[in-house]
Amino acid sequence: MSLNELTVIDYLEMIRKREITVEQVIKDTIKHIDRVDEVLKSYLYINREEALKEAKKLDKTIKNNKDIPPLAGLPIAVKDIICTKGIETTCASKILKGFIPPYDATVVKRIKEAGGIIIGKTNLDEFAMGSSNESSAYQVTLNPWDITRVPGGSSGGSAAAVAADETLIALGTDTGGSVRLPASFCGVVGIKPTYGRISRFGVIAYASSLDQVGILGKGVKDVAVLMNIICGYDSLDSTSVNVSVPDFLSSCREGINDLKFGLPREFFSQGLHSEVKEKVMKCIDKLCQLGGKVEETSLPNIEYALPAYYLIAMAEASSNLAKFDGVQYGLRIEDSGDLEDMYLKTRSQGLGAEVIRRIMLGTYALSSGYYDAYYLKAQKVRTLIKRDFDNVFQKYDLLICPTSPVPPFKVGERIADPITMFLTDVYTLPVNLAGLPGLSINCGFTNRENLPIGLQIIGRSFEEEKILRVAYNLEQEWKEIKAKKPNLSFLKDQSL
Amino acid sequence: MPGDIVIGLEIHLQLLTRTKMFCHCSTEYIDQKPNSHTCPVCLGLPGSLPVLNKKAVELALRAAIALNCHINNTNIFHRKNYFYPDLPKAYQISQYNQPLAVNGFLMLKEENSSESRKIRINRVHLEEDAGKLVHWEKEGKIVYSLVDYNRSGIPLLEIVTEPDICSSEEAVIFLQKLRNMVQYLDVCDGNLEKGSLRCDANISIRERGKGRLGTKTEVKNMNSFRAIRLALDYEIKRQRRLIEQGEIVVQETRRWDEVAGKTSAMRSKEEAQDYRYFPEPDLLPLVINQNWIAETKKNFPELPEQKKERFITNFKLSEYDARRLVEVKSLGDYFEQATQIYPDYKKIANWILGELLHLLSEGDIDIKKCPVTASRLVELLLLIDRKIISNKIAKSILEQMFRTGQSATDLVEKSGITQISNKQEIDDIIEHIIKDYWPTVEDYCSGKDKAIHFLVGQVMKYTKGRAQPDLVLNLLKERIKKISENS
Repeated sequence: MSLNELTVIDYLEMIRKREITVEQVIKDTIKHIDRVDEVLKSYLYINREEALKEAKKLDKTIKNNKDIPPLAGLPIAVKDIICTKGIETTCASKILKGFIPPYDATVVKRIKEAGGIIIGKTNLDEFAMGSSNESSAYQVTLNPWDITRVPGGSSGGSAAAVAADETLIALGTDTGGSVRLPASFCGVVGIKPTYGRISRFGVIAYASSLDQVGILGKGVKDVAVLMNIICGYDSLDSTSVNVSVPDFLSSCREGINDLKFGLPREFFSQGLHSEVKEKVMKCIDKLCQLGGKVEETSLPNIEYALPAYYLIAMAEASSNLAKFDGVQYGLRIEDSGDLEDMYLKTRSQGLGAEVIRRIMLGTYALSSGYYDAYYLKAQKVRTLIKRDFDNVFQKYDLLICPTSPVPPFKVGERIADPITMFLTDVYTLPVNLAGLPGLSINCGFTNRENLPIGLQIIGRSFEEEKILRVAYNLEQEWKEIKAKKPNLSFLKDQSL
Repeated sequence: MPGDIVIGLEIHLQLLTRTKMFCHCSTEYIDQKPNSHTCPVCLGLPGSLPVLNKKAVELALRAAIALNCHINNTNIFHRKNYFYPDLPKAYQISQYNQPLAVNGFLMLKEENSSESRKIRINRVHLEEDAGKLVHWEKEGKIVYSLVDYNRSGIPLLEIVTEPDICSSEEAVIFLQKLRNMVQYLDVCDGNLEKGSLRCDANISIRERGKGRLGTKTEVKNMNSFRAIRLALDYEIKRQRRLIEQGEIVVQETRRWDEVAGKTSAMRSKEEAQDYRYFPEPDLLPLVINQNWIAETKKNFPELPEQKKERFITNFKLSEYDARRLVEVKSLGDYFEQATQIYPDYKKIANWILGELLHLLSEGDIDIKKCPVTASRLVELLLLIDRKIISNKIAKSILEQMFRTGQSATDLVEKSGITQISNKQEIDDIIEHIIKDYWPTVEDYCSGKDKAIHFLVGQVMKYTKGRAQPDLVLNLLKERIKKISENS
């Protein structure tokens, strides 16, 4: 077994027992990336020298000391929208080509302090705007389960890297489902904690009121380990919340018979793929078998979530992305010496079609005369949706639904039709509107094509523990699902 | 038909915080190396986030309270979106429809009059300053531009008045009063030249007897009280002329050109930008409760009115002197410094309000930068008390102290202009003068008392003012008495 195939839990145990070295794991991982990534294209940057250097340093520490840092050299892939000091951070956009942040995002800083190693920067939809990774300005990441299909987005690079053992665990960001959807498409665990649980400092903003860092891992306990490190108040982020951080690992224990589950009927209605529905329903049977109480419920205003979400996200994006103007960093196209011309050329050539579309729509929604009809109304809808969730959470501990209405689709299938693409996020984005925590876990595969299907668990604010507990219990029941790995036989095809 | 002048002011104050509005960078950026006072936050680097400086809110609260405003319980920060290279995030964090405070006023009391004018304050809000562009020009053409972000993120307080001001003089009086107030409150140092206090003015002419306001123009780039007065007067005249000639006033922003002495159009309101304000999602609403307001009031620094009363009580100054001393905060501070080392308060006040103020205004120098410190002034006063120099000489010494920065003792020693208090020396001179002005002596003897002052004057003139006048008078009287007794 190649060491890059380890789960985080196994890795930490073997390191603690001194059965393996960090260097071995980093080397195996980079070797595997070199073998696989030419096809999968999960990474935009591989942190070869630095990761090895860190590994050697940590091995020395581990050899000499009793106190091993909590992450003990764990290789972690980081979505290329999260700032890494000294490493180019592009958001998969041409406009940020050459931007090397002079600082680490708080999450990266915490990982490094805990002894984690940044193995590389993963691909994404440009500025996290997309659900397939196809809007990346550099490359399209492919789904390891079927390389004719997309890995989901926008954290598709992170999800594919985890699924294909190109890393042990990865960071993503989730604005409307960008961690959970690719987790679902790639058959891994993806968690988006409560808004405010993890600092956004150093995370390049797409939609500030919706963005949240998330984790993609091979198992529930794996993500819990990293949650323990990166969650918690940060004085550099005014929207981070000063609440105590529990030990998420200890929340991964057996027993769910004290929990009540709600099934929002709106998430099981039209547009839902029959096999997805079938697998999710099976999972609900399982929850009942485990002693959970399951009932149908309703989120009456949920049908307005998608338009409200896109208005708010695009409005904020139009403002957040205005700073990419060619003045200070990244791309600048100046040939006429005229300021306005420089702005126009830099932005129209540096930003991709999807990004420009969203900036234009967002600009429109904020324009004087339209603000009330669009942005303000969307905010009111947001309040209604929050209230819907508040109401159901009076009665239920958790909500259960599919992560995506469809299994992974083909590359090129939806890219020409933005509305269909937007609909991929229909079950995930209401969670961001309400700022709630949500997790996607693989609950099975489609029969014929063997594509992963994700189950979404949504909890109350700051109740990630319950979500992790349920996910852990399901994972224990589904050992054969967890054990299944994507067939990387395409590599042979490549060599032929 | 003249029409009424209608002026509203928009004032920006740089708040006296130690650090910037949303990061830990120092605010002491004046004359510093470009971009030396910056960090990812005030450079607006991708991923950076703002964290509100509580001190800025406190200073803003002070000003809002002193301006008799209603303080909003919930403050929302908004983004004002526009593209310009000095604005690194491409939006300014400002306040929009839920500002810090609204509906205030400032009373302007007219000199020698019981009448007061009320200038209403529309709103007071917090926002961040932008950076600064430096253009490299060659033959009048910009070759390239550089940007300095040291000023980016400096906290600003914007104060908007209602259009209640009716002359350029009143605008200046208002601004002087406001400046003095914020200086007293330690909110802003109020330096127009350096831009820590900036003022734009909206001006229009209202047809007499009509309620509706005329079309207004906004005038920018006025960097001194003088400039404000000149710019407003120019603009009023320009608008009046247009109206008289039956032309229309175009609503536009105009720039005051100090050198040319006129305003010229910058941009018209038709091309006004849509700033697409929306609530800043990176900052939580700022809640200002009654406790915070009460606490701020409790910690209020002394205001001019209170200081005046204290000066009258503690230093036995006249109402007039006390009022003049508190008119400018630094003047009162200077006075107080001197009182700590010199007991004749009235004398200090006289010297400050007389000679010193005269010298300061001639050189257009702020008393904070006065070359004659309070202790140096006291040193001069002590020389007078010890009768080493006369009052008259002291005045010329002060002037030299002001010019050279030297101490009174040094100057007196160097020039040898100590007072002549040697009785014999003066007697010799008197003898001389009596001979030369014998008819005047006779006048005095025949009962014209005033004639003696002429003789004293002559002695003083002869000694270039170095004689001690009291002594001269006594000796003169003595001497004439002796002569008339002998004759």
